Amino acid sequence: MAGIFYALAGVAVLSALGVVLMRNVVHSALMLTASFIGVGCLYIYMDASFMGAVQFLVYGGAVAILIVMAVMLTRRPDMAHSNPSRGIISQIGAAIVAGIFCCVMAFVALLSPFRVSLADGQILGDSVTGIADLMLAKYVLPFEVAAVLLLIAMIGAIILAKRNPKEADEL
Amino acid sequence: MNFAVHVGLPHFLLLSAVLFAIGLFGLMTKRGIIPALMSIELMLNSVNINLVAFNRYMPMQDYAGQLMAVFAIAVGACEVAVGVALAFRIYSDRKTVNIDDLNSMKG
Repeated sequence: MAGIFYALAGVAVLSALGVVLMRNVVHSALMLTASFIGVGCLYIYMDASFMGAVQFLVYGGAVAILIVMAVMLTRRPDMAHSNPSRGIISQIGAAIVAGIFCCVMAFVALLSPFRVSLADGQILGDSVTGIADLMLAKYVLPFEVAAVLLLIAMIGAIILAKRNPKEADEL
Repeated sequence: MNFAVHVGLPHFLLLSAVLFAIGLFGLMTKRGIIPALMSIELMLNSVNINLVAFNRYMPMQDYAGQLMAVFAIAVGACEVAVGVALAFRIYSDRKTVNIDDLNSMKG
């Protein structure tokens, strides 16, 4: 069981490293998709089956496609080096900052005395039913606001990305 | 040895910290808009792993952690949509995706 966790975590982390280190932005987008899939499998490992399905559908099926489409429509002449990084000093500084953050978080995570639930399978029952009971009873206001937010984001994205017909004629 | 064999909450918190650090490194080093958005998505993923792991491995009465993660995914998807639309606009107006070139408001 632990081997599966290490394999999935390895896929997620190595793909994330590929996202930030590869020089071709198309390769980065594909590695991002692999990372999303790794994280979705980790949700299923944690018995969060609804979360895993949502992760595959939304992140792997929509966000990844959206990013690949964005790469297609903002194409550069030289795609093989289309993912430049800043200078080496910035990279070293960023690595130091990220490393310090990771060490502090690891320190907190490993040394905090968490009250661990000893139940191996979740005693709360089916996660879809549990989430639905919460979302439609106690958290119905955030649910409705999230629906409005999605509508606003869709309208805003269409308005932002749409080209003015006058501009399109002048180009 | 016991730590390596029985996967528990600290393993997921460590994984989430590593993913967040990688996303942070990417956000600080990348020059294009789309790679920066990809790094932000990595960070959002790590936060969602944290939420679901706390819900799974600590004694909880309900699935509030997973519900929060669902809302975080919804908000993250909205943000990526608007960010990509902005990237289209910037590219069609200025023919560049280098965020260092967007400095016309610099004093």
